[in-house]
Amino acid sequence: MGVAVLLKQVPDTTAKISISGDRVDEASITKWSISPYDEYALENAIKLKESGFGDVVAITCGPSRSAKCLTEAAAVGADRLIHIISESPLDSIQVQSLLSAAVKESGCEVVMCGKQAADTNSGSTGPGLATTLGFSCVGGVTEVSIEGGNASATRLGPSGLEQVEVAVPCVFTFDKGDSELRRPNVRGIMMAKKKPVDVFSAEDLGVDVGDSMVEIKSHSSPPEKKPGQKFVGSDSIPEVVSKLREEANVI
Amino acid sequence: MSVTVISESSNGALHPVTAQLVGAASSLGGSITVICPGGVGSSDAANIAGVTKVISVEGDCFESYDCVAWSKAISPLVEGDLVLSSSSAVGRDLASSIAASMGVPVVQDVTSLTEGFSATRPIFSGKAIEEVGISSPCAISLRANSFESAGDGGNAEVSSVNVSQDITVAVKQALAKASERIDVSEADIVISGGRGMGEPANFSHLEEVADILGAAVGASRAAVDTWGEIPHSMQVGQTGKTVTPNLYIAVGISGAIQHLAGMRSSKFILAINKDADAPIFGVADYGIVSTWEEALPVLKEHLSDLLSN
Repeated sequence: MGVAVLLKQVPDTTAKISISGDRVDEASITKWSISPYDEYALENAIKLKESGFGDVVAITCGPSRSAKCLTEAAAVGADRLIHIISESPLDSIQVQSLLSAAVKESGCEVVMCGKQAADTNSGSTGPGLATTLGFSCVGGVTEVSIEGGNASATRLGPSGLEQVEVAVPCVFTFDKGDSELRRPNVRGIMMAKKKPVDVFSAEDLGVDVGDSMVEIKSHSSPPEKKPGQKFVGSDSIPEVVSKLREEANVI
Repeated sequence: MSVTVISESSNGALHPVTAQLVGAASSLGGSITVICPGGVGSSDAANIAGVTKVISVEGDCFESYDCVAWSKAISPLVEGDLVLSSSSAVGRDLASSIAASMGVPVVQDVTSLTEGFSATRPIFSGKAIEEVGISSPCAISLRANSFESAGDGGNAEVSSVNVSQDITVAVKQALAKASERIDVSEADIVISGGRGMGEPANFSHLEEVADILGAAVGASRAAVDTWGEIPHSMQVGQTGKTVTPNLYIAVGISGAIQHLAGMRSSKFILAINKDADAPIFGVADYGIVSTWEEALPVLKEHLSDLLSN
């Protein structure tokens, strides 16, 4: 058994995103991090390992720089590291076929990832991968425990907060929960540096990704807002309320 | 061309975003099939102008939410080269899963769409805009309030399809009901509070203003991280929800970069903060330098006067 955790490296959420020549200027991004929701997936996977479930296999798909998030995962307890090297942007089908091959390679029947990544904000990978693999999928979970072939998860679904049961194999996509994320200790960091990374190309995994069907034409900055009107004190509220109606026409 | 729209539902009825999905589909031309999962709102969907036909897909699997089971029930009914859904959590799930089962790409949270297809969408929670060209059949989820709604007056034929699809996800226990309040990502007006609200109990003052306006109540990350009583589902910003309401009211929110990313595309922004130098004023159309304790009672009074007339 064991858990495969999918990690995506993204610009830290505090990073300023600037545009250079109609593309996001990656060179200007000073800090890259594991996408925040993926960290909750990793935390839960390590908890499962501590309860005796099996190894944690951390998988990332991305350019060379993304190897760092595997080392970070190893520092808090990931046992095996898989890096699918991909230097160019991929569409959802390409990403899912690569991840699907890597999950099969790992032998894991439980997959955990964030409900969406902090760069594209898409949320396509979890349900798409589950469908590709023929696994079940439970989204927006905050806690997963597994006994035998059955998992129990807390999820925020369309009807509210629910306790659900699902048979393995399954993909779980994580929301931010109450779990405290563990920080690596010095020993963990030292050990992680020595941990080998299994690097795979699409070819190594036996996947023909073909061409991306989604071409990025341009990136641009959101339109600048023109300077607003500023008022001081609550005496200004009647005027602002009437402006909301007359000028902005929003109430 | 033909387009399949997956309808959105909430509280057992058709969600208004469905008419926006049909509106977007109409602008591309061709026939429009609306699939209603669990049959919810199928007669209302038939009344939306421009709809060619409605398929009410029914079966035991729709009694609770199981993304892969729903998608397996829906996918065989899809017609044409484009599947549209809402970019709600369920809409995104279904778009992803249906796309994967059809072997086509999915593009999420699109805010404009033209024939061919060319689509734009915010990335990094709105810190940048991406334009993509899609050269194949695909599934696309659309952000609420970004497309004109189709009107009513349609008279499409409704057919029912019964599916027997095994569900693998079983609900054992309901822990808390979904909030009766409208979600921040769907509301026309959002009022959010930050750590400047002092304590979570003071969010009741925001709720009172929200009730007058029919608004959703949101929160900054600082408020969600500080107070367990404020759920993450209310969080607006890069690790929460990205919102584009007509009016966003920020109260006691200084305006960290992650928060600004999630709300700066709102049509109009009103900020109330006691610190005249707070970064939130940099994106506000209307800024009021005041404590919330002074401002909210006056705001409440004037709004209720105005809106009760």
